[in-house]
Amino acid sequence: MTELLQNLIDGLGRGSIYALLALGVAVVFGVMHLLNFAHGELITVSGYATFWAMGAGWSWYLTVALIVAVSVATSLAIERVAFSRVRGADDFTLLLTSFGVHFVVSAIFLLYVSASVKTFPRPGWVTNTYALGSLRVEVFDTVVIGVTVVTLLATTLLLQRTMFGLALRAAAADFDTARLMGVRSDSVIRGAFALSGLLAGIASVFWLMRAGSISPSAGINPMLKGVLAALVGGLGSLRGAVLGGLALGLAEVLLRSRLPDSVASLTEGVVFLLIALLFIFRPQGIVTVTHAERV
Amino acid sequence: MLEVSGLTTKYGEISALREASLHVGSGEVVGLIGPNGAGKTTLLNTIAGLLAPSGGRVTFDGEDITGMPPEKLLRSGLALVPEHRRIFVDLTVEENLRIGGVTVPSADRPALLDEMGERFPMLRDKWTTSAGYLSGGEAQQLAIARALMSRPRFLMMDEPSLGLAPLLVDVVFDLIEALRSQGRTLLVVEQNATRMLDVADRAYVLRSGEVVAEGTGAELRDNEDLFDTFVGN
Repeated sequence: MTELLQNLIDGLGRGSIYALLALGVAVVFGVMHLLNFAHGELITVSGYATFWAMGAGWSWYLTVALIVAVSVATSLAIERVAFSRVRGADDFTLLLTSFGVHFVVSAIFLLYVSASVKTFPRPGWVTNTYALGSLRVEVFDTVVIGVTVVTLLATTLLLQRTMFGLALRAAAADFDTARLMGVRSDSVIRGAFALSGLLAGIASVFWLMRAGSISPSAGINPMLKGVLAALVGGLGSLRGAVLGGLALGLAEVLLRSRLPDSVASLTEGVVFLLIALLFIFRPQGIVTVTHAERV
Repeated sequence: MLEVSGLTTKYGEISALREASLHVGSGEVVGLIGPNGAGKTTLLNTIAGLLAPSGGRVTFDGEDITGMPPEKLLRSGLALVPEHRRIFVDLTVEENLRIGGVTVPSADRPALLDEMGERFPMLRDKWTTSAGYLSGGEAQQLAIARALMSRPRFLMMDEPSLGLAPLLVDVVFDLIEALRSQGRTLLVVEQNATRMLDVADRAYVLRSGEVVAEGTGAELRDNEDLFDTFVGN
């Protein structure tokens, strides 16, 4: 029982980060039908910014703001440079473009920075734990879960209560009709990328604090988690993306602690296998999205 | 007010619309009738900026608006109630209307929402209902109300009475009458040709992508050959 509770807390901490990444993927997919395989690059770029800031003696508090700002700016820049040129193109073109962006960004750091892993100090409290009954809870997981809950509530308010949120939901449901109502495609798409970048920025803060390092290919892992979680949740569904992220985090932690030692190192492979099984029986993911009209 | 000249729109190699020309004067109610596949929807969608024409010109109040994006056209006062209504089924009735008013100053929006509630009492009772639960008639009223939220000077409607029960067809045509008496300019595609010719000042007959006839309601009704082409087969 204790072990299960322990796993749940660990899994939710991990899953929260995935949920933020998946939500960013889902927001962009909603308005553009683009499955963004370049989403992890937001972490790559903000990771190098962190490496630079730490080298320059910045505190973590300042660096957190930098990471979020760099992530939003990068997301908007990628939209402007790459994705704005393929708006309305078929899904395959969009997919290839996002792969292209992923490779170009990692190549830039490979060529102009270094192929080797750069490390930076992690904040001291990341490894601290406290006792909660018979459980050992990481301060880090607590912070991650708390921040994620606040972020999700704020995002919900944004989507439900503001004109921008309404426009975003309308555009995701039926882009052409939203434009007929006067919703500007530029604003709604850029807004979606900004929101996606903001969510990735928050995830990036935690990802980098835990990793304490960055490399040109560091974006692949978070991209996979975000894209997979969004797929598991049901592409196009924002609620599904959050559920998918949490499910993915829980599955990883539960499997790692339950699998026999000899296969524990293959946890990722087992998770992928489970996801493949899920898609055989429920190809639309956890949450079914009814509308699929697009640009 | 609206002047369409030689408008051609293609889907790939096929011309759905061939050098169509028409005009709509300020305050006029103009009907657009013709058999299925005549290019009526293509014509409205091209005027509204959803489709890019491969030839021809559209001017609105003297300004060339050919190929302008729909969000820009709406801001100059031209709105379309699209084919199949295309209401946002995941949004509530009120949210659908709010989106319709996305271009009006937020201070004016509450008054507009009240106005729609009064004009469409059926909708007021379902204000916070998901639009996906509306009946066909309610959904059509919502689609029209949503378009009116932007206070358009020129309103196009694509088959507003399609699939509605006779009683609701009356509601739609009453609404067209009401909008006309307010001095709004309308261009309406209708499969219910007889009813449309009753309310329209003038109408155009479209067939195989071409404008084949034009006239007042009475003129077109009296021309039996033509009447057969669009009412019959």
